[in-house]
Amino acid sequence: MNLTLKIWRQKSPKDQGKMVDYPVSDISEHMSFLEMMDVLNETLIAKGEEPVAFDHDCREGICGMCSMYINGEAHGPDRGVTTCQLHMRKFKDGDTIYIEPFRAKAFPVIKDLSVDRSSFDRIQQAGGYISVNTSGNTQDANAIPIPKDDADLAMDAATCIGCGACVATCKNSSAMLFVGAKVSQYALLPQGQVEASQRVQNMVKQMDDEGFGNCTNTGACEVECPKGISLTNIARLNREFLSAKASSKN
Amino acid sequence: MSTDSKILDAKAPDGPIDERWTRHKDRINLVNPANKRLIDVIVVGTGLAGGSASATLAELGYNVKAFAYQDSPRRAHSIAAQGGINAAKNYQGDGDSAYRLFYDTVKGGDYRSRESNVYRLAEVSTNIIDQCVAQGVPFARDYGGLLDNRSFGGVLVSRTFYAKGQTGQQLLLGAYSAMNRQIARGKIEMFNRHEMLDVVVVDGKARGIIARNLVTGEIERHSAHAVVIASGGYGNVYFLSTNAMGSNTTAAWKIHKKGAYFANPCFTQIHPTCIPRSGDYQSKLTLMSESLRNDGRIWVPKNMDDVVAIREGRKKPTDLSEAERDYYLERRYPAFGNLVPRDVASRAAKERCDAGYGVNKTGEAVYLDFKSAIQRYGKEQAKIKGIDNPSESQILELGEGIVEAKYGNLFQMYEKIVDENPYKTPMMIYPATHYTMGGIWVDYNLMTTIEGCFAIGEANFSDHGANRLGASALMQGLADGYFVLPYTIGDYLSNDIRTGSISTDSPEFAEAEKSVKDRIDFFVNNKGEHSVDYYHKKLGKIMWDKCGMARNEKDLKEAISEISELRADFWKNVVVPGSADEMNAELEKAGRVADFLELGELFAKDALEREESCGGHFREEHVTEDGEAKRDDENFAYVAAWEYKGEPSDAQLHKEQLEFNDIKLKQRSYK
Amino acid sequence: MSLIKEIFTSSVGRKIAMALSAFFLMVFLLQHLTINLTSVFSEELFNELSHFMGTNPVVQFILQPVLIFGVVFHFVMGFALEIKNKKAREVSYAKNNGSANSSWFSRNMIWSGLFILFFLIFHFKDFWVPEMVYKYVQFKPSDPNRYYHEVVEMFHSPLRVGVYILAFVFLTLHLLHGFSSAFQSVGANNKYTESLKMVGKVYAILVPLGFIFIALWLHLNG
Repeated sequence: MNLTLKIWRQKSPKDQGKMVDYPVSDISEHMSFLEMMDVLNETLIAKGEEPVAFDHDCREGICGMCSMYINGEAHGPDRGVTTCQLHMRKFKDGDTIYIEPFRAKAFPVIKDLSVDRSSFDRIQQAGGYISVNTSGNTQDANAIPIPKDDADLAMDAATCIGCGACVATCKNSSAMLFVGAKVSQYALLPQGQVEASQRVQNMVKQMDDEGFGNCTNTGACEVECPKGISLTNIARLNREFLSAKASSKN
Repeated sequence: MSTDSKILDAKAPDGPIDERWTRHKDRINLVNPANKRLIDVIVVGTGLAGGSASATLAELGYNVKAFAYQDSPRRAHSIAAQGGINAAKNYQGDGDSAYRLFYDTVKGGDYRSRESNVYRLAEVSTNIIDQCVAQGVPFARDYGGLLDNRSFGGVLVSRTFYAKGQTGQQLLLGAYSAMNRQIARGKIEMFNRHEMLDVVVVDGKARGIIARNLVTGEIERHSAHAVVIASGGYGNVYFLSTNAMGSNTTAAWKIHKKGAYFANPCFTQIHPTCIPRSGDYQSKLTLMSESLRNDGRIWVPKNMDDVVAIREGRKKPTDLSEAERDYYLERRYPAFGNLVPRDVASRAAKERCDAGYGVNKTGEAVYLDFKSAIQRYGKEQAKIKGIDNPSESQILELGEGIVEAKYGNLFQMYEKIVDENPYKTPMMIYPATHYTMGGIWVDYNLMTTIEGCFAIGEANFSDHGANRLGASALMQGLADGYFVLPYTIGDYLSNDIRTGSISTDSPEFAEAEKSVKDRIDFFVNNKGEHSVDYYHKKLGKIMWDKCGMARNEKDLKEAISEISELRADFWKNVVVPGSADEMNAELEKAGRVADFLELGELFAKDALEREESCGGHFREEHVTEDGEAKRDDENFAYVAAWEYKGEPSDAQLHKEQLEFNDIKLKQRSYK
Repeated sequence: MSLIKEIFTSSVGRKIAMALSAFFLMVFLLQHLTINLTSVFSEELFNELSHFMGTNPVVQFILQPVLIFGVVFHFVMGFALEIKNKKAREVSYAKNNGSANSSWFSRNMIWSGLFILFFLIFHFKDFWVPEMVYKYVQFKPSDPNRYYHEVVEMFHSPLRVGVYILAFVFLTLHLLHGFSSAFQSVGANNKYTESLKMVGKVYAILVPLGFIFIALWLHLNG
């Protein structure tokens, strides 16, 4: 199939940036979206032009590195996939496809479609862990039975790949689905209880300091999340936050 | 070919195998807590090995500088591991023990690994599970709230812990969270989007690295008292593999060129269950977890007519009756059936496809069928739910529900890629490069032949011999990072407590920096005509065709000369657009492919030199009567460690003789 | 106190505050509707209730200020959040397909809210300001029977009725998202959520419809 791509080009963080049109031809419907981008880049290199910079790594939907806003949706029109798993069979011959970087103040553009998501790391550093040192003497893994339902829910929350589609999609650039997922994972497990109160307060504070917006419950993040992280995690975040603040000693 | 008669000393302790690690730990030198604050350690790579090592070293008090080429430690390719992690917990009461895990691993590796290391791995495996649970890793549990297990290939017990089909992700996020805690404390300084481009050796000791900031293009000097390489494997030498696009051998290859021996490069794992390739544009292959072989049955049609009919679309696989199907693994290996080790399963698939029975257009695909598992689970569920005389559709629905709960994300991934529903029609799979058992040679302390330079995880060669068993890579990465390196590195660093901080102004740093800059300048200024991928794809094709699942002398010799020619052409005709002082993915790839072009040749040379078949290394000249790999223990029970001497063809072989005192060497059989 | 401070300074706190003021306003709406409905079938009852509300000191000097505070708070916080949220994305998308993942009314609460605000100003001018002037500026004698006639008087104008109807349509849009959103904000998302969403839809449609019905009924029969 033949397509017209409208791609955001931006040389550097300080550059203004603009949308540029690129035609691509002979695209197989079995290609992944990034393989289509590879074809474009090979053509650009052959013409002596600079290829389009975009983040990608595992190309199997788990590393969370790929991050394009395709035709107005994070990771494109398919559901439950990242951009690298999006296949060209979702498009038609002759389509015009808009390709933009994930946009948020907290995700500044580095180059073209590549953005800086280190704000996510800093949120995790603020409390996304259980304070346990490595030692050969932690108690036996089966010492605390955990109800299967809780373990499964924790796992569902933990499947977040930190791609930032929730932020990119949210009209407010809110990171609450991301934060809610991590807070939920630990809130659901007994190991996480000890630091639960401090964790949620610190992570929310860091999230706010990074310049993410506020959640207004449109639910768009849940729809676009490639891992289907549920909005219930945001509700849990709100509960955890409220009870942490209410019981906080200072 | 020159061969050094010097036998490499692994410095493995002696004594009873189950006491060695404890005795070793008791005897090695320690660094006192106050002095640890004076010592810097560089860790390159933040996957399971690098991440867990960084966190633990920082907890112990060392100042850690961690480097990742990705934008966050959480994106390291360990995250893509699906199936699980082994541990000799014996929670299932099926007779598992550290010894049995040790035995399975040595046997699975076709007796080409170091006994002491493997036993240690088996021994600390149980600590890993305890540690991860304490960190909040949400492993799968049964209805009683206890941890669940599944089975993996090559073993007769159920010892694999898992978190759906995302075990690697959950374990890595555990290590990442431990790192985050230390980053927040200031004990780990994290360098994301940085690539190590050389190691700096001062007075024979690794004292730092040269790294490129992948955002600004700046070349940076970083010093430390020790350098740990945890940069993963080199599977991308095949271009198409299940590795991430960025996975590379550069860090490992750079230390090799500065004196670290590279061991057993030809030991590469071709994983049997990957989604077959569909076209030339393909950029990577996707793995379908080995755990699927718990419930999936592998087959091709018995009759060539059916094969042709299926390829032409006249028949569907579901049209074939049981009698018309050849469940070739069950036929050939009745004891292990579909759960034979990976090398065996891969070769068996190749054998059937080479014989013309491949079921897709390329002729390179076999079926992985869940129909009987769906039936079995469906009937079981119907009974549990008290449904008498369940209808066929009820059984299917219930059975599919169970299969979805177990492998839902894998099935979804398959459907997204192939556009077929694997609940209704069998999956198509074919082997693909997945993991490299070979790597940097290390001693029992995980130190390379450069003093102060360590290699852990997939980057080293140590534990898997010639074939790795499923769910053991995660185990080794975390064992090295959490439980082995943090102790053994102290033995080396105890001599460094009075060294003080290492200056980056030395001539060695300047020289290393210059060579890095020269190479980058060459790339961005070379007026060539072919892109980096052009060369990478060509290299991959040579590797797959001539150093793939089956190898022979003629092919390997051809591979050596072809790779050498390709490398020469690369250095003349490669083109890298853009400049050096910006984010430049093509420049990054150019450096990586340049290193693959050297490694590929050493790979072929090693494969040529090893005149036996063992594990993933299958030489067509060395087979048993029934077509199985035929080892030559008399002449090849050694680790081939290569010393860099300029061109790959000049590499010098050093041998580490393998001794087997606790396991008897015998023909590996899964029949 | 930390809790109060956080409500105004943290993102999660602000959304909880929005939700709490929303709950309060939704309860108020029900109460308002209940009293107004009496106008349809009983002039006396309507006058009696209105007189009570208009003269009872607890209502006048405690509930009324609280209500005004609630309304003002909900609006001010709503605008403050909107401004903050706009700042969280400095460059907007060239193409954004919002309808693919969320409802129009959930994405446009600020517009439905703004329209409701304009309506409220109009509504206050119609009823509340004259009432305040009557009671607390001119100190006219209380007349327990004046309320019904005043209301009927107001709804003679078809233009006014039209504005009211339009405002209630916007109120429906606002509530279609607002009702369930408020529950989500305070952390209530569980097995009852689906049923709650249904209740929310019923509320969002029936309550404004009730007001529309009253306006029309008074216009036609008053």
